[in-house]
Amino acid sequence: MPTLKFTYALKRFFPGLEKTQAKGSSLSQIIDELENKFPRFRTYILDEQGRLRQHVNIFIDGNMINDRIELSDSFSENSEIYIMQALSGG
Amino acid sequence: MFMKSTMLLGTRKGFIAYNFQNGNWKVENLSFEGIPVSIAYADPRNGNWWACLDHGHWGVKLHYSKDRGKTWVETTAPAFPEGEEVKDGVPATTRYIWAMSQGGNKYPSKLWVGTDPGGLFVSEDGGKDFQLVESLWKHPTRKTGWFGGGRDLPGIHSIVVDPRDENHIYIGISCAGVFETTDAGRNWLIRNKGMRADFLPDPNAETGHDPHLLVAAPTDPDTLWQQNHCGIFYSNDGAKNWQEVSQPEGPARFGFAIAVADDNSNQAWVAPANSDEDRTAVKGALCICRTDDGGKTWKDFRKGLPQENCFDIVYRHALASSGDSLAFGTTTGNLFFSSDRGESWRVLNNYLPMVYSVGFGE
Repeated sequence: MPTLKFTYALKRFFPGLEKTQAKGSSLSQIIDELENKFPRFRTYILDEQGRLRQHVNIFIDGNMINDRIELSDSFSENSEIYIMQALSGG
Repeated sequence: MFMKSTMLLGTRKGFIAYNFQNGNWKVENLSFEGIPVSIAYADPRNGNWWACLDHGHWGVKLHYSKDRGKTWVETTAPAFPEGEEVKDGVPATTRYIWAMSQGGNKYPSKLWVGTDPGGLFVSEDGGKDFQLVESLWKHPTRKTGWFGGGRDLPGIHSIVVDPRDENHIYIGISCAGVFETTDAGRNWLIRNKGMRADFLPDPNAETGHDPHLLVAAPTDPDTLWQQNHCGIFYSNDGAKNWQEVSQPEGPARFGFAIAVADDNSNQAWVAPANSDEDRTAVKGALCICRTDDGGKTWKDFRKGLPQENCFDIVYRHALASSGDSLAFGTTTGNLFFSSDRGESWRVLNNYLPMVYSVGFGE
């Protein structure tokens, strides 16, 4: 199962969030899993049209995903998926 | 005259509540430290506090507190239905909450919210869920006659509910203008007659106007005031006709904020700024201007306000009145208070973040 890691910034809103194993076989399924465990998690990561928010990034095995609209990037059983914020603002 | 004893601030770095005790304003609560708060709102019907958050990374969020900020509950922020577009090819997502209003005593669970990109939302259940007001979103002028002003996309910054008939509502949109509904949002009338949009090829266009803030007089809701991009405008016939009441040579001319007295529909205050090109304090000095005669004449008051080397301006929601009292916060983090209807001022804080909203509550 792929490993999920998160930016520490998300722990402010979801204190129980920590490194975990994901069951889903797509990014959308993984976000659904997280939404079930942490209600409103989806709204922090995706906008209401389902797109990755402008200042949120997802890395799969060190590479930023390409498809920020449909979240169709694939991963393997051993992948590491990292959900983080863009470093911007002041 | 009686003054409400709570002051709520929405700032670039959090929600701040002040409480008036023993003749002084003291900070009672700081919440959401570090997070931009576009609007801090106290619902006069039940005392609930609302914080409209603009997380740079995580989107627009909405929280309320029933215990004066000790605990907060996150509720579902207004969201556009799947597939909605601002214009063809541009998906609609809530980018900012720019206005919040209670829906009236007759509808104790009703709340209105205005957003960038131009969506008006209503909640019928005390703010648990918000629905897009489709009639306005589908208004034939929206896609072609509305555009950004102050923000990149059109935004609803003013919601004025008539206390005599709470299905009667005015909204202010930058840039579109003033819209009125008499049936709780099913149908809308454009109320821009007499306004000018000097920045358009046709200054008298039906839409595209930029009312920076729209307010109504509590004692006479047919008297409306607006600080517009192109001057100060006044109506005493329920927005059917507007007349400009700016000082031709200023300083009461350009600005963002406007407030009207609780007990006198002809008394109003504005916070002047330099032209739209500069957006700085007029001649490096701050003043608040007041009219007592429906805009025929204005006085500028400066006592207690910085008169040199000053760059502060006042955002549209950052000037508020309550009885004899006024308060305003500035873009450089100064907060001022007056207990004599704006004639003299004292500093409450010089070291705040940029102030987005100031409002009084119980």
